[in-house]
Amino acid sequence: MKKNFKFYQKLFLSTFSVSAFTFGGGYVIVPLMKKKFVDELNWIDENEMMDIVAISQSLPGPMAVDASVMVGYRLAGIPGAAVTLLSTILPPFVILSVVSLFYQAFKTNPVVNAALKGMQAGISAVIADVVVSGGLKICKSKNLISIVTMAASFYAVYFLNINVIWVILACGIFGGIMTALHDRRGGRDA
Amino acid sequence: MIYWELLWSFLQVGIFSFGGGYGILPVIQQQVVAQNHWLTMKEFTDVVTISQMTPGPIALNAATFVGTKLAGPAGGVIATIGCSLPTTLLALLVAHYYYKYRDMRLVKGIFEGLRPAIVSLIATAGLSILFLSLFNTETLSPAAVSSPDWKAVVIFAVCLAILRKWKSNPIPIMIGSGVAGAVAYLLL
Repeated sequence: MKKNFKFYQKLFLSTFSVSAFTFGGGYVIVPLMKKKFVDELNWIDENEMMDIVAISQSLPGPMAVDASVMVGYRLAGIPGAAVTLLSTILPPFVILSVVSLFYQAFKTNPVVNAALKGMQAGISAVIADVVVSGGLKICKSKNLISIVTMAASFYAVYFLNINVIWVILACGIFGGIMTALHDRRGGRDA
Repeated sequence: MIYWELLWSFLQVGIFSFGGGYGILPVIQQQVVAQNHWLTMKEFTDVVTISQMTPGPIALNAATFVGTKLAGPAGGVIATIGCSLPTTLLALLVAHYYYKYRDMRLVKGIFEGLRPAIVSLIATAGLSILFLSLFNTETLSPAAVSSPDWKAVVIFAVCLAILRKWKSNPIPIMIGSGVAGAVAYLLL
């Protein structure tokens, strides 16, 4: 990949559009980033994207900022990170500045409200698509440990309301222990 | 100076909020409402509503809103910088080490253990949004399920079918669902 002006322009516009369509914050940015950088541009592989999500989730502050900065750094070092940071914070900044001026009109406008209700259903579909793809991939791997980890972490977060940080820590430590055990048994096949 | 106070407050928001998304709200509330009285609780609720309605990370939305309200556009810029600076530096540091060590077996093992959990975490966040969209509630109850918002159900189903079948880019999906929503809720 050549790091010329066109590359930075593409990087900027990609992150900008992802940020501009992230409704509701947090995880919503993940499916959008995955679609853009993994499926569409092929700049990052899927496992790497998942690692970036895991790391962003474990860092303090807005997750979208962490994930964008890491993607930018991965693709083009510090200049790349600077570009993705700027393009992530720009859309909410511009939109909120405008909205805060016309807040009452915005909140009560029927067209805006109707469109937003439609977009809420749209973003639900985008997230569902990513979850179905990811879930199917893990089930097809026939790796029992992965399937159990997926089910258990869903149960822990959704039904028991356990903080995601603990779930991530626990799964990471578990993954580390399993690898260490595997290596000690001499099963170095990977 | 209001600028310094804004910067300092949102630096704290950037450092002490874990989990992203709605997890960040209590921290912002504590800084902006309880400690500094920059916003009333009513205004804070409005910020949350706007954040739900507009794109972008909720923390950045709140930073822009509060900063602009208190000290104009410059205030918005300063609050935004405050809440993104700590996490940006941390993310750079972690990214550096991640790319240096990710081929180590142990590091690989740790991340392999994490991947299935990430799918679940996305599912968890997605379900709240899905239920809010289809049943107007974040948690399911028999009463809510028996009266779904059929227009939202149709938009959701069509979008999902397009995404699954043609691996479509989500941005046209978002624009299309917005247009469909405007038509469905206003005209039908």
